[in-house]
Amino acid sequence: MNIITCLKMVPDVVEELEVGPDGKSLDTQWLRLRLSEPDEHALEQSLLLKEKHGGKVTVLAFEAPELEEALFTALAKGADRAIKFTGDFSGLGGPVAAQILSSFLRSNPQLLTADTLILTGSQAIDDLEGELSPCLAEKLGFPFIGVVTGIEFDPERKKAVVLKEFAGGLRGEFEVPIPAVLGIQAAEKPPRYVPVAKVRSAMKSMKIEPREVPRPDSLGRLPVEQLYKPEVAGMAEMIEGSPSEIAGRLVEILSKRALA
Amino acid sequence: MKTGILVIAEQLRGKLTDTTFEMLGIGREIATVLELPLHAVLLGKGSASLFSQLGAADSVFVLDGASLEMPTADAIAASITNLLNKKPATLILIPGTNIFLGVGPILSGRTEMPFVNFCKDLQIKDHAAILTCQLFGGKIFADIRLPENRGIVSIYPGSFSPEPGRSGRVPPVETIEVGREETKVTFKRFIEPEAGDVNITQQDVLVAVGRGIQSQDNLHLAEELATALGGAVCASRPVIDQGWLPLSRQVGKSGMIVKPKLYLALGISGAPEHTEGMKGAQLIISINTDPKAPIFNVSHYGVCQDVLEILPLLTEELKTQKVRG
Ligand SMILES: Cc1cc2nc3c(=O)[nH]c(=O)nc-3n(C[C@H](O)[C@H](O)[C@H](O)COP(=O)(O)OP(=O)(O)OC[C@H]3O[C@@H](n4cnc5c(N)ncnc54)[C@H](O)[C@@H]3O)c2cc1C
Repeated sequence: MNIITCLKMVPDVVEELEVGPDGKSLDTQWLRLRLSEPDEHALEQSLLLKEKHGGKVTVLAFEAPELEEALFTALAKGADRAIKFTGDFSGLGGPVAAQILSSFLRSNPQLLTADTLILTGSQAIDDLEGELSPCLAEKLGFPFIGVVTGIEFDPERKKAVVLKEFAGGLRGEFEVPIPAVLGIQAAEKPPRYVPVAKVRSAMKSMKIEPREVPRPDSLGRLPVEQLYKPEVAGMAEMIEGSPSEIAGRLVEILSKRALA
Repeated sequence: MKTGILVIAEQLRGKLTDTTFEMLGIGREIATVLELPLHAVLLGKGSASLFSQLGAADSVFVLDGASLEMPTADAIAASITNLLNKKPATLILIPGTNIFLGVGPILSGRTEMPFVNFCKDLQIKDHAAILTCQLFGGKIFADIRLPENRGIVSIYPGSFSPEPGRSGRVPPVETIEVGREETKVTFKRFIEPEAGDVNITQQDVLVAVGRGIQSQDNLHLAEELATALGGAVCASRPVIDQGWLPLSRQVGKSGMIVKPKLYLALGISGAPEHTEGMKGAQLIISINTDPKAPIFNVSHYGVCQDVLEILPLLTEELKTQKVRG
């Protein structure tokens, strides 16, 4: 089985995000990036598929700060190859990323065999112009399904039976012929942990393959009028004091409403 | 040909979703300002009988396509593309739900209309459509001006009130043949939610834990508080994905919509996919170490502290209160 996993770095929202001086993009000075969480699940699902059915996992990513560590981590976890597109891709939207990825894959037919499954996170927190997976599927003419939380691959029939989440815990079972592009919401198991020592040894023994691709004419971004932080605490009354004072005050609030 | 605004109605197992009425409400508002007709679009097997609920639209287009029982993104996009050949539209509102994920980008690629994700507000200023989109888990908003007011807009569920979109008026209906679309992905069956030990939608009090609870070993703190309050524990997605609690306890977009009397959000950032499921609670109290956490925007009371520190104190205080009577 040939598994392609597309990974992307996104701002870590645990950190404070600041708007840049242009008022239209994030201030990158203090920005800390991390691997997009659903992509982490896509990688885990790829590794689970490889363990079950054999084959190779190739991860693809556009150059970004802190990407190398994420790619070496993927290799340490069990990916076979990591390919990095070098160049300045800041502000690249999903549809244009899909265009670059599809032409790269088309010009590397060994990465696009009949038993190919392309996995990527179902949605990223900055997918303003659209998610990568449906765009990529369209460009490649492959079937697509998103919000996937489980994959049963049937090599004989060249089909995958996948679970898609709806709402309220309801899920649907769909059958997808491969090659296909799947947007992964959650892997069947929580993403595995890999010790730092293993990542370090991957850094020594394995390589990230750089590939140069020209910066596209247009990044396909929407015209942003302004970017801003929503007014925080517009509504919440903040309770302050020592932890025990706070606990006391909370109980008071609950008692008043007959909730305690 | 006359153009208009389209609202793509969403149904799940024969019932129109609230998001459909939210879109109709805001769609009506902008259609009036832009002086354009508003059309609702029904897709799906057997959906025609639902048209009478869509009276907020000027008319309803029922798409006759056999493969739309549980439609896949490409099938929906194909039907709408065919519809647009017969009924051109400038603005198309689609629900930002799991069912529709992928429809916008595919449709955008096929029609060359721009697609805008994550829209939580839509206003017309000087005849220009300005969309407010929430990015980065709700931490940043972006205002987008749609060139020529033309585009496909994915509406975040829960962004607008559904009430203005409900109407008793019976709208005119037009059945439109969009052809049988071939889709490579086939729907097999629904898998019902696992019957959970507790039904969190029926609880008056919910103690919700997020990633801020840090480890499974700390869950008992939330359980103890829930017991003291006579409620149950529920969680955000990462806690469920870690396998610390069953799927039946998940609140949010893919989980349950809950409306308890009290919702305590502990170590939950307040991403839109989570708040979608809980912002209708009567009283929301949040504890989070990040003073800028978006959860505070939907909370009535907020505490900026370590949840692991407050939790045991709160449970203790509740117990003493009970003893005191
Ligand atoms: C299609 C789709 C569907 C989704 N469906 C759902 C859904 O149904 N439900 C859902 O919840 N999410 C859903 N998500 C995921 C959602 O986008 C968020 O990733 C998720 O809600 C984040 O969970 P969290 O707040 O627990 O974690 P985080 O965002 O990581 O937040 C953790 C918070 O804990 C705080 N914290 C850390 N330590 C402490 C401490 N000691 N004391 C107090 N606070 C602390 C941090 O400041 C932070 O705000 C969905 C996403 C997608 C794309």
